[in-house]
Formats: sequence, structure tokens, C-alpha cells
Amino acid sequence: MNGYFSKDTLDRSAELTRQWEEEIRRAAASGSAGAPRRSTVSDLEIKRLYTPEDIAGLDFSRDIGAPGAFPFLRGNQPTGYRGRTWTFRMFSGMGSARDTNARWHMLLREGQTGLSTAFDFPTLMGYDSDSPKARGEVGKCGVAIDTLDDFLTLMEGIPMDRVTTSMTINPPATALWAMYCAAAESKGVPLAAIGGTIQNDMLKEFIAQKTFMCPPEPSVRLISDTVEFGARHVPKWNTISISGYHIREAGSTAVQELAFTLRDGIEYVEDVVRRKGLAVDAFAPRLSFFFNSHIDFFEEICKMRAARRIWARVMRERFGAKDPRSWWMRFHTQTAGCSLTAQQPYNNVVRTALEALAAVLGGTQSLHTNSLDEVLCLPSDHAVEIALRTQQIIAEETGVADTIDPLAGSYFVESLTNEMEAKAWEYIEKIDAMGGMRAAIDKGFPQLEIADAAYRFQQQIDAQEKVMVGVNKYATDTKQEIPVVDIDERVEEEQISRLKTVKQRRDSRAVRRHLDDLRNACRSGENVMPFCIAAVKERASVQEICDVYREVFGEYRDPGLY
Amino acid sequence: MAERTIRIMVAKPGLDGHDRGARVLARSFRDAGFEVIYTGCHQSPEQIAAAAIQEDVDLVGLSCLSGAHRYLFPRVVELLRQQGAADITVIGGGIIPDQDFALLTDAGIKAIFTPGAKLDAIVAWVRTNIKPRT
Repeated sequence: MNGYFSKDTLDRSAELTRQWEEEIRRAAASGSAGAPRRSTVSDLEIKRLYTPEDIAGLDFSRDIGAPGAFPFLRGNQPTGYRGRTWTFRMFSGMGSARDTNARWHMLLREGQTGLSTAFDFPTLMGYDSDSPKARGEVGKCGVAIDTLDDFLTLMEGIPMDRVTTSMTINPPATALWAMYCAAAESKGVPLAAIGGTIQNDMLKEFIAQKTFMCPPEPSVRLISDTVEFGARHVPKWNTISISGYHIREAGSTAVQELAFTLRDGIEYVEDVVRRKGLAVDAFAPRLSFFFNSHIDFFEEICKMRAARRIWARVMRERFGAKDPRSWWMRFHTQTAGCSLTAQQPYNNVVRTALEALAAVLGGTQSLHTNSLDEVLCLPSDHAVEIALRTQQIIAEETGVADTIDPLAGSYFVESLTNEMEAKAWEYIEKIDAMGGMRAAIDKGFPQLEIADAAYRFQQQIDAQEKVMVGVNKYATDTKQEIPVVDIDERVEEEQISRLKTVKQRRDSRAVRRHLDDLRNACRSGENVMPFCIAAVKERASVQEICDVYREVFGEYRDPGLY
Repeated sequence: MAERTIRIMVAKPGLDGHDRGARVLARSFRDAGFEVIYTGCHQSPEQIAAAAIQEDVDLVGLSCLSGAHRYLFPRVVELLRQQGAADITVIGGGIIPDQDFALLTDAGIKAIFTPGAKLDAIVAWVRTNIKPRT
């Protein structure tokens, strides 16, 4: 035991705390003690004062250590943000591939350092723009991609050997990643040189985001195929981004976000090891994570610090990983969409700045900052520029990135970090006892835990126990008018006609042959990725590939838990 | 004879998976004493209209945050009318820009609730405006 404080210090601290408590009691008697209970936005109770006794059990070497060293509480990199600042990565996609390509060039010109793709709902769900299910949705929530032709337009003028691209895509991840690979090849960039991320995390879809297609078991199998393919052929690609963001947006607490995300990560590692027979160190360094940064400042910082420490312990102790890069939890962060308000939307700039600051103090590797208008529509050029500038101000004006993990050693921060880790372990062990995350999802466990938390939060808002400025407090009758981006209905017609042309021009027999090969691979257990790449090169569409999956693996129906 | 309990279907039309509001509202309706059917995500307008008739509901609450409400909401009303169920009231919620209110109201959506609406205000609207169909 390598205690954090000497016995003398702890004794002295206990004495001073006792005196302080007496003062408080006296003040309470005279009626000036303040509100009785305070809790985080997740309803985790917070004490008025934290002292050395709150972290008396902390072991410096075991629990804190140095940056770039186990247990990575203080960050993965020994040089922190001085070595390399986080990636400014704004999630964007709208209308057609051409519209989105224009937005990307604008963002790169303005100093963005990585790309992040938002697809429209038909693409996200594995339907083409001409599907009846796509009516009214094409290009609305992101960019519409049907075939490699669209993808090549999307990547026009983007240096794929230098800029990394993240793609928020889940059930059709194999198809879209195949398009990325094919696009790189067509530009003469080898697969070994491309970098980026596919979200490709299906468990959180069943738990929270609800973009699902096939049942959990085959969904996880397809993910393991991509992890294996990446480990062998695309070594700089993050084949999964294990995501807490959507769990949180669905209404979970910070602890639930932390616990369910990490338990999902455990499930994926187990599956790749078991199904593919890969050694954990052969693929674990390319696992990446994605967290929400909500409005409760310290809770978010502590969640991110705890996440790194839990994952390092999981990888070293549970899976026996030897490569220190396998112990790293590298993560992207997005500020909380659900914390923004349609009322008084300019206030959202302030919320986003504070949430981004928390993410930086938590040590994120990559960050998206929401635009003030995202509660109403896709972000306008002007709003997205303010959001990007928010990151640049934090990085280059405030000085917070100059020293590594500046809040380490704070009684409060270390204590809350410990508490969140302990509570996350309780959930992880509970899910282990249920037989893993797939079994827990079958029981509806994480879904209902989140539903309870979301309902409790809404009741607290309605009762004004929690405050949302401009919504349940400081509301005004005057409306802040902001311009709202509208996606023209013509985008849908034009996209459908583009798809029609591609389907007329392509070699239909070759497409059919490649889809048959893919179907066979689905059945035999062979890795699907080479077949997907071959199929998209012949202009097989996203839906045609996904229809093969639906046919072989069946479709998952939302159990509609609430 | 005591009046029958109000039956409500909370539905998620289209491909949108943002179901937090729909699920919180479904639970709120249940706690208010209404009978609640929640469809889950990814229902087509055809499925929603058919289920509403089959389940003999008094009210359908549609939730959409993807921007596809301009097509999906009116389509549900149209299908209910075509199938002789024009007396089932349809309301909507989600990310609905102000400039779309008129289009939806004209199409027969009786009320629209957007972010910031209080649960008890929505429940109160139901108590005032919905009577069990006979």
C-alpha cells in the first residue's frame, strides 16, 4: 500500500473537517446553511466539501501514476496535448454527396483536422434512396450514399492518405467501409495508408440508438469480421468506436454510459478472440471509444478519467493483454445534443463551450462541438464555424491544454473518479452475471435502466429540481429567431435519379455474382469484407449488400420497451 | 356504466431511432392512468394506421426527430381517413420547425408538442381534448 497522504496529514485533515462541520451546524441553526441535497445531472449525490480523507485509500502507483503509463488515468500520451492536440472533428453530412463534400472542404479550410460523416437515415438503416422506406428521409439527417459513385463524389479532393475520416455507420458498416477502401484504391492510396474510424458498434444500437437491422448475434459476427480484416489489411483503421454517446443521449446516467460502453467493449473483445482466434494484442490497439460530454462539468471529467483506468485494468487483468497500446482507451467526444435547448438557442454556444472544456480536461483525443442550431435543424455554415472556433479558442487561447491532466490530485475529482469507477464495476459485474451484454439486452436490462433514468430526469425537470435555463427557469416570451437550414425535397428526386442511372450502366451480372459470393460468405463464416469490397467496386448498392444480410441473418424488431 | 379508459398509441414512424421522448411520454401516459401501446421504432405509416385501428385507440401520438415529419405525419392521418377511422385523433411531436406547423395542422394533426413541453401539460391536453370513442 502506497498511501496518498501521511497519517499525520489525515489526522490533521480529520480534525479540521470536524471543526468545519461544527461551523456548518452552527450556521444551519441560524438558517444560513444552504440547500440540503445536491446531485449531478445524473443524480449522483455530491458532498459540499471533499477532503484528503475522501481519497485516503488512493494508492498513487496503482491508481494514478504518470501520463502515458498504466493505469492511464492521466492520459495515453506521455506528452499530453503538447505532443499532439486533440483532433477537431466536426460531424457533418447533408443532402447529396456533392453538398457534403463542399461542407468538408469549408471545414478543412477553416482549420478542422479530421473528417466525420453523418449519413441520412436510409443509409444508416441499409436502404437505398429509391426504397419506399426512404420516402421523406433522403439527405435529411445527413448525406445520402447509395453506391460507390456517390462515395467518390463525397471524397473528391480529399487527401485520403493524410486526412482521417470517421464514419458514423453501424448495420451497413461493412458496405460503407468497403466503399472507403475502394475509393482509396481508386486514388492510388494503399489500404495500409488510410486512417479513420467506423462506428460499427451494434450493441449500443439495441441498447439505445435503435439503428438496428439483424439480431445481436450475427451483428456482432459482422463486427468481428471487420476487426479481423482491419488487423490484417488496414492497420491504421479503428474498426469500431464503442459508443457511450447514444446511450447517454437516450437518457442514461453518466455511470450507466460508462458501464454499458465498457461492458460492450468486453463483449466485442471476447467475440473476436473466440470467433477469430486472434490474440488480443493483435487487434486491441485499434479499438476506439466515443463518449458524450454532458453539462455536469466535473462528472464528465471524472467519467473520462475513470474510463481510461477501467479499460486499462480490463485489458491487462481480464484479457491478459501485454502490449501497452492494448491498454489504451482512445476516445472521441461529442458535446451533449440533449443538453441543448430550442428555447433561447444562442445559450447553446455557452453550453457547448463548457462541455468541450470538460472533454479536454478529461483528455479526449478527438472532439465534435455541437452547433447552436442543432436542436432545430442541421447546422448552418455560420453555426458550425462558431462551434469549430470554440475548440480553437479552448486549444489556443485558454491555456488548459498546456499542462497534462491539470485536475489530478483534487480531492473532489479523484474521489468522484473513484466513485464512478466503483459504480461502473457494479454494473459490469451484474451484466457478467447475466451472461454478458447480449443476454442482458435480451432481458431488456440496459434498455430499462436507461428508461428509468430518462423518466426520472424529465420528472426532475418538470418539478424544477433540475434547471434548464430558458426552459424551466428564466423562460421568456420573446423568441430568439435563428436561420433554419432546410434540405430541399429535390435532393430526394435527384438522388433517386442518380441511383437509377448507376443501376442502368453497371454490369448487373457481375453485381449478382458478387452478391452471391457475399451470401455464401455470410453462411460459411468466411470474412465478408473482401466480398463487400468486390461488390461495391461493381456498384452494388448499400441496400443490396444489406438485403443479403437481412436474408441470411433475419431482421431484428424493436421490442418497444419503455 | 363507467367510461372506458382512454387508449393511446405512441408511435415512431419512419427510420428515426430517437425514441427518448416517445418512451418517456409513453410512461407518463401510463402513470396518468391511460392505456398505452408503444409501437417501438421503424414503423411505416401503413403499419401505424393498421395497428391503431386494430387496437381501437382514441389517440395516436407520433414522434419524429429526423426531419421526415412533413411526409410521415400527414400520411398517417390520410391512411386513417381512408380506412374509415377519421375519429382517431393524431398528434405529433419531435423536432418540428415552426414553419412546418401550418402544413401539419392543415393535414389534420391536432396538436404539436416540441422540446420543452411539460409532461403534465401534454397529459392535460389529452384529458381536455380526448374522449374515449364509442
